[in-house]
Amino acid sequence: MNQVFLSMKNSFNDNLSNRHRSGKIWRTIFIASTFLAIFILSVLLIDIIDNTAGYVALKADVSPDSLAQGGVALEDLPKETLVGILQANLSQGAFNKLENEKSFQQRSHSNVYDLVVERVVKYDVADSWSLFDSLLKSAEIKAEAVSDYPDAELRFVSWLTPGFISQPQSSHAVDAGIRTAILGSLWTIFITILAAFPLGVGAAIYLEEYSVDNWFNRLIRTNINNLAGVPSIIYGILGLAIFVRALESFTSGAVFGLVDPTTANGRTILSAGLTLALLVLPLIIINSQEAIRAVPQSLRRASLGIGATKWQTIWAHVLPNALPGILTGTILAVSRAIGETAPLVVVGAATAINFDPSSPFSKFTVLPMQIYQWTSRPQGEWHHLAAAAIVVLLIMLLSLNAFAIVLRNRSTKRF
Amino acid sequence: MKNELNNIPILESCNLNIYYDDFKAVSDVNLCIEKNKITAIIGPSGCGKSTLLRSFNRMNELVPSSHADGQVFFSGKDLYASDVDPVAVRHRIGMVFQKPNPFPKSIYENIAWGARVHGYQGSLDELVERSLRQAALWDEAKDILQQSGLAISGGQQQRLCIARALAVEPEVILMDEPASSLDPISTLKIEELMHDLKKDYTIVIVTHNMQQAARVSDYTAMMMINDQRAGILVEYDETDKIFTNPQDQRTEDYVTGRFG
Repeated sequence: MNQVFLSMKNSFNDNLSNRHRSGKIWRTIFIASTFLAIFILSVLLIDIIDNTAGYVALKADVSPDSLAQGGVALEDLPKETLVGILQANLSQGAFNKLENEKSFQQRSHSNVYDLVVERVVKYDVADSWSLFDSLLKSAEIKAEAVSDYPDAELRFVSWLTPGFISQPQSSHAVDAGIRTAILGSLWTIFITILAAFPLGVGAAIYLEEYSVDNWFNRLIRTNINNLAGVPSIIYGILGLAIFVRALESFTSGAVFGLVDPTTANGRTILSAGLTLALLVLPLIIINSQEAIRAVPQSLRRASLGIGATKWQTIWAHVLPNALPGILTGTILAVSRAIGETAPLVVVGAATAINFDPSSPFSKFTVLPMQIYQWTSRPQGEWHHLAAAAIVVLLIMLLSLNAFAIVLRNRSTKRF
Repeated sequence: MKNELNNIPILESCNLNIYYDDFKAVSDVNLCIEKNKITAIIGPSGCGKSTLLRSFNRMNELVPSSHADGQVFFSGKDLYASDVDPVAVRHRIGMVFQKPNPFPKSIYENIAWGARVHGYQGSLDELVERSLRQAALWDEAKDILQQSGLAISGGQQQRLCIARALAVEPEVILMDEPASSLDPISTLKIEELMHDLKKDYTIVIVTHNMQQAARVSDYTAMMMINDQRAGILVEYDETDKIFTNPQDQRTEDYVTGRFG
C-alpha cells in the first residue's frame, strides 16, 4: 500500500516539473507572437510616417526671385502688385475666370499669393526624400540637390497639410489633395449605412425574436455566417451585375429624371454604397443578433408577463438594451466598408476625378482608391501623397472605432 | 380529488396535461383555485410546479416546444380556447418571477410602462403611488422614483416587481418562488404583503419552502413525480389539513421531512 502511494507520488513529482515546463514554453511563444505583431505594426506605421514628410527639390517654371521687385521678396509684395503679376503672366481668359470666381478686391493677400505660386511660379517636384533620410542625411541630400538640380529649390515639407485635405485632386503633386476622395468616401458610407442598418437590424430582429427553430431558419442563419466570409471582390461583381447593369436606370438617376451623360452608365455613388451595404449586411446581422441574444430572457418574460405584446416588448425593452451592441457592431462593419477597395474597382470608382460629388448619382472616387492609384505611379512624390492619404484614412477609422467604444461604454452605464 | 371549496373557483384546471415536445411534464391535473385566497403549490424539484403555474397565464407558450391539452377555466372561460388572446390572459393574470427582474428603467417607469402600453387613461402618478403603496414600497421609494429599478435591494426589487404586476390591475397573481433569492427579512415582508393583497387579489404561489407554504397559504396543493417522471397532483386541501392531517402517505412523508 505504502509502495503504491510512494510510486504515485514520484510520478506526480516527475510530471509536475514537465507540466510547468510546457506551460512556460507556451507562455514564451505567446509573448513572442505578441511582440512580433507589435513589431510588424510598428514597422508599418513607421514606414507610413517616413513617407509623410521630408525634403523636396522644387523646380519653378518662373523663379520667385525673378518676380521679386525692388529687393522685396515675392511673398512680401503688396496684394496689388501680386494681382499685377497674375495679370501679366496669365491669359486674359484665365485671369477673368479667377476674377469671376471671386473678385480680387475680396481675396486676401495670402490667397492671391497662393494663386501666384500655383499659376505663375508653378512648382514641380524634381525629387523627393523620405523623412528619416531627410533628418539623418540632410548634408548629403543638400549636396545632391545642388549638383543634380542646380536651379531647384530644396525645401523641407510635410505632405500632410490642411491644403492636402481641402484641395481636389490635381495632376501636379504639389497641388494634389484628397477632398474629392474624402467626400466620395463619406457619401458612399452614408448610403451604405442608410441601406444596411435598417435591413440588417430588421433581419436580426426577425431571426432572433420571431423565427421558429426549424431547418429552414437554421439554413438561413448558417448561410448568413457564410456570407460574412465571402471575399469582397465577389460582392463587387454582384454589385456590378445588379446595381450597375440591371438597375442602371435607377442607380444613374434616370428614373428620377436626373440624366447626366457622364454618369448614366450606373457607376455612381449609389451603386457603390449599395454594393458596400451588401458587403456589410451579414456582419451587421450577425452583430445585431448577438446583441439581441444578450438581452436577458427574464426581461422579455417580465414584459410579456404584464400583458405587453411581443412587438411592445421588442420595441421598449429588447431593442433599447441591445442598441449599444448593435451600434458597436454596425460601426465596426462600417469601418470595414470604408477601407474596401476591391468591390469599388469592379463597380467602377473613377481614379482621376477632380470635381466634388454632389449627389448619390455622381461619379466618385474613395480614399482607398486614391491611395491605390497614387501608389501605382512610378514617381516618388505620389508615394508621399499616398502615405499622407493613408494617415488620413487611418485617422478616420480610428475615430470611428473610438466613437464605437465611447458609445458602448456610455449606454452600458445607463442603468 | 377532494375539493372543499366554499365559493366558485376563479381558476380551474380540468385534465390538464403539459408537454415539452413528447415529454409529459404535468399529467392530468384537476385543481380549483378559490378567489381571494392564497394557494400554495409544493413538491420536490422537477415535479412540474412551475410548469403548472405558468400554464395558468399561458407563459409556458414562450417555450416553443411546450404545449398543453385539457382546459384551464378562468371565471368560467377556457383560457386555451382558440379565440383567447394570450396577451389578454396575461393582463388579467399577472406573474412575479423567482429572480427579481425589474426593467432597467426608473422605478416610476417600471410601474407606469405596463399601464401605458395597455392604454391607461387615468393619472400615472396616482397609479404609481397606489401600486407602490399596495406593494408596501411607497415609503422607501417615494423619494427615489426616478432612480433605476436595479439600484435598490433584492427584496425591494421583488416588491417593485409585485407593484409592477399590480399596476395593470390583474385579478390573479402567480408567484413563482418569489422569495427564494431573498434574505429572511425580505421574505417576511413579501409574506406580509401577500396577506394584505389577499383581500383584492387571488394569489397562487409555488414554493420550495414548506414553512412558507404553511405560514401564508389557505390551500395547499402537493405535487410529485409519477413513474413516467410526469408531475401529478397528489393531494389538495386546506393548508392546515395538509400539514397536520394529510390523507396521502406521500404528502405526510414530504411535509414531515421523511421523503426520499
